[in-house]
Amino acid sequence: MPRRSIWKGSFLDAFLLRMKKKRDLLLNRKIWSRRSSISPEFVDCSVRIYNGKTPVRCKITEGKVGHKFGEFSFTRKRRPSRTNIGLGRKKGKK
Amino acid sequence: MAQALATPLAASLSLICNTTTTRIPNSLSFPSPTPPKFGGLSIKCVRVGGVEIPNNKRIEYSLRYIHGIGRTTSRQILVDLSMDNKITKDLSEEELISLRDQVSKYMVEGDLRRFNALNIRRLKEIQCYRGVRHIQGLPCRGQRTKNNCRTLKGKRVAIAGKKKAPR
Repeated sequence: MPRRSIWKGSFLDAFLLRMKKKRDLLLNRKIWSRRSSISPEFVDCSVRIYNGKTPVRCKITEGKVGHKFGEFSFTRKRRPSRTNIGLGRKKGKK
Repeated sequence: MAQALATPLAASLSLICNTTTTRIPNSLSFPSPTPPKFGGLSIKCVRVGGVEIPNNKRIEYSLRYIHGIGRTTSRQILVDLSMDNKITKDLSEEELISLRDQVSKYMVEGDLRRFNALNIRRLKEIQCYRGVRHIQGLPCRGQRTKNNCRTLKGKRVAIAGKKKAPR
């Protein structure tokens, strides 16, 4: 996957940078900045990430470091899969 | 290496035998069109990196039968060894040994498959977007899914009464 160059460092929004120093601020806090990446300081915080409609709760674990916040709250509703629809209709007809 | 006789056994064991030391006598059944000219030489298959590579092809092309070695890597191996692009059966033992050493520097076959599977499992475990797409069996790099994506989705499934239902 394409990656941001190393000398730039990982991207963080400014208000999250402030959080880096005080971790308590981040606990159970809403986050709108889906584009900033999760840095190792945020491990073991549970945050709520906005998905455009409602904040989604997400516990940050060690494996999630390096990903972006937005990867963990989906912006789209999951459509029921096609096979389910097909079966449902068949049942309805019968 | 005399372990590898060209008996058409199932070649699914290649996951296990990756190192050059443990050699299980299984082989891919490459039908060799050339009849054995001198003794057992052309009957034997050459084993590099845990799998058989076909005898009657040039080494650059037969290296590509190893999972994880493609066009670039096979060419790079030959350049590194400064080896001629001979037909595989003409290689001497020393050349083969050096070739095996060179191949073992890359991640091939079982190790590579395991590495990829582990990475995908990690994505699935942390439930990130790419992991979820893997679970759903949809492309995870942002391709369109309105049509196409047949590799991942599998064969087309006809939906009963799709034209009538406005959606």
